Amino acid sequence: MSDGAPKDAALREPVGTDAPRREIRRFLRGRGRYVADIVLPRMLHAAFVRSPHAHARIVSIDLAAARAAPGVERVFAGAELAEICAPLHGVALHRPGHKSALQPIMAVERAVWQGQPVVAVVARSRAEAEDAAERVAIEWERLPALVEAAAALAPAAPPIHPELGDNLAFAFEIEAGDADRAFQEAAVVVEQRFDFVRQTPMTLEPRGLIADYDPGSESLTVHHAHQSPFQMQDVFSRHLGLPEHKVRVIAPDVGGGFGMKLNVYGEELAVCAMSKLMGRPVKYLADRLESFVSDSHARDHRVTARMAVSKEGRITAMEVDDLAAVGAYGMPLRFNIAEGMMLITMAGAPYAFPNYRARTRNAYVNTNLIGMYRGVGIPLACVVGEALADLAAERLGIDPVEFRRRNYRRKESLSGATPGGVRLAGTSFDACLETLVRLMKYDELRRTQAEARRRGVYYGIGIATFVEATAYGPPYYGPSEARISTQDGCTVRLEPSGVVRCVTSITDQGQGTLTGLAQIVAATLGLALEDVEMIAGDSAISPYGGGAWASRGMAIGGEAALKAAQALRANILDLAATIAQTAPDRLDLRRGQIVNKDTGAAVISLADVGKIGYFRQDTLPRDFDVQLSATRSFVDNGAMCYMANGVQGSFVEVDPESGFVKCLGQWAVDDCGRVINPMQVTEQVRGGIVQGIGAVLFEECIYDPQGNFVNATMADYLVPMASEMPDIFVEHVETPERSTALGAKGIGEAGLIGAMGAVWVAVNDALKPFGARMTTQPFTPERVLEAIAAARRGTRAGK
Amino acid sequence: MTPRDPEAGFTVEIDCTVNGVRVRRAVPARQHLVDFLRDELELTGSHLGCEHGVCGACSVLLDGVVVRGCLTLAAQAHGKRVDTVEGLSDSGALDALQAAFARHNAAQCGYCTPGMLLTAHELLGAGRPMSRAAIREFMSGNFCRCTGYHAIVDAIAEVLERPSSGS
Repeated sequence: MSDGAPKDAALREPVGTDAPRREIRRFLRGRGRYVADIVLPRMLHAAFVRSPHAHARIVSIDLAAARAAPGVERVFAGAELAEICAPLHGVALHRPGHKSALQPIMAVERAVWQGQPVVAVVARSRAEAEDAAERVAIEWERLPALVEAAAALAPAAPPIHPELGDNLAFAFEIEAGDADRAFQEAAVVVEQRFDFVRQTPMTLEPRGLIADYDPGSESLTVHHAHQSPFQMQDVFSRHLGLPEHKVRVIAPDVGGGFGMKLNVYGEELAVCAMSKLMGRPVKYLADRLESFVSDSHARDHRVTARMAVSKEGRITAMEVDDLAAVGAYGMPLRFNIAEGMMLITMAGAPYAFPNYRARTRNAYVNTNLIGMYRGVGIPLACVVGEALADLAAERLGIDPVEFRRRNYRRKESLSGATPGGVRLAGTSFDACLETLVRLMKYDELRRTQAEARRRGVYYGIGIATFVEATAYGPPYYGPSEARISTQDGCTVRLEPSGVVRCVTSITDQGQGTLTGLAQIVAATLGLALEDVEMIAGDSAISPYGGGAWASRGMAIGGEAALKAAQALRANILDLAATIAQTAPDRLDLRRGQIVNKDTGAAVISLADVGKIGYFRQDTLPRDFDVQLSATRSFVDNGAMCYMANGVQGSFVEVDPESGFVKCLGQWAVDDCGRVINPMQVTEQVRGGIVQGIGAVLFEECIYDPQGNFVNATMADYLVPMASEMPDIFVEHVETPERSTALGAKGIGEAGLIGAMGAVWVAVNDALKPFGARMTTQPFTPERVLEAIAAARRGTRAGK
Repeated sequence: MTPRDPEAGFTVEIDCTVNGVRVRRAVPARQHLVDFLRDELELTGSHLGCEHGVCGACSVLLDGVVVRGCLTLAAQAHGKRVDTVEGLSDSGALDALQAAFARHNAAQCGYCTPGMLLTAHELLGAGRPMSRAAIREFMSGNFCRCTGYHAIVDAIAEVLERPSSGS
């Protein structure tokens, strides 16, 4: 069949418009349907008893009182569930030396972080399950805990998992060019330490699932607040020994993911195992305190880095040394090494310099596991590169904007890889920077800053250039043997009345991806947006695929939707041409009509095509093959990732008396390739920016030396609130990805990446008159005052 | 109920009005209002985000005032009027806010949204003009982890600027 689609069909409206999301109207009426809202017949509720200690041996467990408690059906210790559920093992096979102990889904014999699940209670109600959980008596023998990476890697440190020999999870080094010589010959060398403390992603909806094992059909259906139903179908199938076609994972509305709901959690497998053993639906909803101690954490990196610069202000070399504490086990499938690897491969990526040396070392400690969180290691790479660039510019007396202009990787240097091994084709640093300078009125802000300093008001301006690696593909996940599908698929079906249903393997936790896919399908088929309905989040009904991570929804899922819609379009035009006795290439689809491509005259309505195609095939030639559904998948076999980029600017005020930092304005210019829906792209940037500001100014998981997480409540772990956040202005530069027809790259993480860099630099810009420098996140008032006081004492603020 | 857990078995008769409908029930004395609404009345629009009174996702109106459904006991609703996002949607009280939130994409995952709307409804009820900074201050009892707040402020400011709308 011929493809009658004009080459640019996907670019017609409603592509490129600010279409509102269809699901938003449900959310605004309280009609969201999250896991917590789902009730199944004979459903039971699980509560977990978690380890109160960071490291302790289980001497004995007494479940008698819990089993006798009202409403209790079953109580399980870890050993019982381990018999029917294989342990987790988060190791990337393509990274020699990466190691992890086997992780039982609940602690058996020993707990290795505070919050590790130990016992599960299943009862008629959540309240009764929690009541009974309090009656579980566990005798513990406390063991010494390791909390800091440096302590865990000390030669005398006892291995947390003796079978591993030591606590080194992974180490990796990069050496490119001649860094030693570059540093010797440099006009200026700047060096800084960076403490990126531990964070928790904190989705507003806690994790949760309902596992529903039906002994009759020997099948497991899981309603799961998760970003990748396909991944979890695979995990549940393999760990529980169930045939894959008997496992169905459905993600309903999900109240935020940010990467955290991409990970694999032992207690979620335990809920499935218990449902299988009991033959009844079991629901588990983490409460907020459990979220703090068991949702995957992020960051926890101590970095020392330096940069060599010539007297002309050109970067000649960088050196980055990263030490990370990655928790007690390797994160299954997504790996605890990703942050460190991205940090050392992406640091300084926007800049052209030939000499590079970097190292990451990842240590096991007695804290919660590190997993995926928005940006992974790239925000840290951005901070390291931008903070050093600003220091070097200051030392040379060059304006920070001018310094970046001198150092960007441009076309002539973009063809090869960076010293970190990253390929940067299709980036637009200059266009983004010049747009930003105009958007934020950079020169005027500098004058405002200078004038304010004379009045004793300390403004800071920060500029951060960043890359966002999106849609990590088969070359990344394939060799790791992680069974992560980097393809996505889409089925588009014409309904008899001329409207369309579209089933995608992409999932959406609020990003607007599904609306974007609907825009692509509507544009390709000449339909109004409201005539396309999206269905997603069910591992049993869409083509096999991935889901939401690495900002891949539009790049991969959008391309699949485009291909499926183009195929359906060709089929529709073939049928219409047969009915109208013309050639398909004379026809076009516009506004629900098949029209003459040249004159625009109506030929037949889509509804009439649907009627004939589904109900009056008797009027068609006997050999005509009616196909009014089309399924296509897309994967870019050879693409490690796509490379989006952007520049952000921050304007802050630091009060040297109180130490408070106030964000006064934030500007972002982003190039995510083809923009399908500018409003959704802008909102992704804004949401990411606020998480980036939170990282720099507020967020910190505080563990005491015994491994107790001491601020694990929403009142004590601070995140940004409306009053603390600035207005955020966003513009778009579009450099379409050249290897796909759609040209989208991705936008989910850019806001966070750039904001961390820009705010770090801006606060330190404000502190320059004091000679003070912030190097430890978050920049709390106390730490700001310490830094100023340390500078006044004439010592370098070390913390 | 066992004697060891007297509080678990102790019930209280309540008589209240929920979204305009009279409701009489025996509720466990320890049951929170949001659990009563969600589990007993199947009004799942109010969400549990923290269960310790910080995040605002469980906000409902008690006699017209925004309260935390996770800190209010169901028993405290006795003799009072309770309004949730479902009732205020059906009555049209939130029409202007809902339209503005949709236009500005002031909700992403949707989990904080009912609480945001109820707090914004209370803000509009004050009936006075507000700067963006004042809107931000007023809304600072409600967490949103997705939007970055800008669009929420835009949406509320837009409704505020149009007289006779939203209240």
